[in-house]
Amino acid sequence: MYFRFPTSYEQDLQLFDSPARRARYLVAAITFATAPWWASEYLLSQLNLVLIYSIVGLGLMLLTGYTGLVSIGHAAFLAVGAYTEALAAAHGWTFPLSLAAASVLAALAGLVVGLPALRLRGIYLAIATMAFGFVAEEIAARAESLTGGNAGRSVAALEIFGWPIDSERRFFVVAAVLAAVLTLAIRNLLHAPSGRALIAIRDSEISAQSMGISLARYKTLAFTISAAITGIAGALYAHKLRFLSPDQFTLLQSIEILMMVVIGGLGSLQGAFLGAAFFIALPQVLGEVKDWLPSAIGQAPGLQPTLFGLAMIAVVLYEPLGIYGRWSKLRIWVENFPMVRAGTFRRQRSYQRSQRLQ
Amino acid sequence: MQLLQLLISRISQGCILGLVALGFVLIYKATETVNFAQGELMMLGASIAWLLADAVHWNVLAACAAAIVLMALGGLLFERLLLRPILGQPAFAPLLVTIGFGYFARGAVTMLPALGTETHALALPGAGQTLRLGDLVIGVEHLVIVAATLALCTALYLFFRYTRIGIAMQAVSQNQLAATYVGIPVQRLIGLVWALSAAVAAVAGILLAPFTFVHANMGLVVGLKAFPAAVVGGFGSVPGALCGGLVIGVVESLSGFYLPEGVKDVAAFVVVLVVLIVRPEGLFGERLRKKV
Repeated sequence: MYFRFPTSYEQDLQLFDSPARRARYLVAAITFATAPWWASEYLLSQLNLVLIYSIVGLGLMLLTGYTGLVSIGHAAFLAVGAYTEALAAAHGWTFPLSLAAASVLAALAGLVVGLPALRLRGIYLAIATMAFGFVAEEIAARAESLTGGNAGRSVAALEIFGWPIDSERRFFVVAAVLAAVLTLAIRNLLHAPSGRALIAIRDSEISAQSMGISLARYKTLAFTISAAITGIAGALYAHKLRFLSPDQFTLLQSIEILMMVVIGGLGSLQGAFLGAAFFIALPQVLGEVKDWLPSAIGQAPGLQPTLFGLAMIAVVLYEPLGIYGRWSKLRIWVENFPMVRAGTFRRQRSYQRSQRLQ
Repeated sequence: MQLLQLLISRISQGCILGLVALGFVLIYKATETVNFAQGELMMLGASIAWLLADAVHWNVLAACAAAIVLMALGGLLFERLLLRPILGQPAFAPLLVTIGFGYFARGAVTMLPALGTETHALALPGAGQTLRLGDLVIGVEHLVIVAATLALCTALYLFFRYTRIGIAMQAVSQNQLAATYVGIPVQRLIGLVWALSAAVAAVAGILLAPFTFVHANMGLVVGLKAFPAAVVGGFGSVPGALCGGLVIGVVESLSGFYLPEGVKDVAAFVVVLVVLIVRPEGLFGERLRKKV
């Protein structure tokens, strides 16, 4: 498998490692930036969802893809962000302030969940996040004065400094700017000592610890930042859907977010975006092809989860780096076309490090 | 009296949780894989039993037995096809596969025309009848569950204690490398552990069928509540899993009885959060630390 080997620190800090890559991302950026002019209202609304889920994915990617901690309760952070934003907007807070509040409260929730990380490893941490997700969902359903309970709560339209964000077009601008800023911020973090510490923890806890990285501190940090980013996505989510109810933040939602990140490609920020696009596009594509399928399959409500589950299994079995990994391989293959070395993409044999202590 | 009545019915629920948790623990001990699809294996077991009994008109008991055997084969196949190719990948790779499989199974079951999205009743003998002991009224199905759990546990205990395969499984779960050195076919045994775990799940699913009926999501909540049960018992301990199931079952019923509405649904998860913070190794787990 191909990996990039930077030879100097400056080289590693560059945003793009080759002119070709810079050109590709420039094209992508221009396509995205001009979307309000060429895309229809419906397409923009779907793109907005993709952007919101991408931000959630970025948060979870930092935690799962870069720190190696699996969270099965991320919908809870989304809920904290969304409800905070809904309440703050109802009290007339200006958007930057309410966005910050949503992010900070979600971060606090992340801190609380991350605290058991001081003592827990592997699967126990995943179970703790799952338990937290369940409890948060129940609180959202019971705290009726704040969340409206199971009846749900409507959210005011987004307004920034008196500028109403009442169309998908305007919302797209806000979401795209936030997504871009967060992507750059995380990319920056990952090249800073803290980010490198997170990656070291993912690759081997023991060796990270013996290099002087405080596991508890950095795991908690990862949880906090991840939750803060998810909180920001939650704030956007509240304004996008304009209606919140606890059944949007269930355990299944958490699992779907995790699947989204895995399918997109663990360990790459691009994966968060590709996963979100897959997640939003799949139901649309299914809607198109449904009528061609036999009715027992095409009309079954389980069709989408079935394909989602299959995609997840296929990714783990055949392409651990997800859609982004497949794209990189395709790109490398095309770039080297006549001279593709046999076995470039052969997976290295690996051995599981036992987490069991004996 | 009302409390005692409640406890008895809850103990049977606890037994089911314990059985599902037992399935996790068997697999976790042998392979360090956490099976998030245990609830779905349970659902598949109950669905197969229902299909054979109702759609193919077999005798109910024969259908159940066939379902258990089929699920054991299914567990073997699951390990061979989906988990062996990723042997050696980081611990969360198999976890993700089981999550994906759970999703797939829940969706795929709704595509079977006979099963669809409806709920079905599995007509087990004795279901719906009650037994009177003085003032106590006990549903026969509760007694069946407790008896079946006890019988299964005794059988498993004898299996692990006295049979050659059982002892080899214990060796594998204690140290895979050492087990390989003494000539135990570790991979084949891991397959058998999956078969055993899937069979236990099928038993739990069939026992649960009279309460929740058979449908695609019947295993979802039970499968997830079994995690707290397994953690409370200490994730690597077989008797711990059963005790954990009972503890969770009893805590749920008591909190439903004494605490405000809504607490009952999350009681299991509150308990697991507390246990994880206070005593992460669970009631029966050993406390270990990595030595250099």
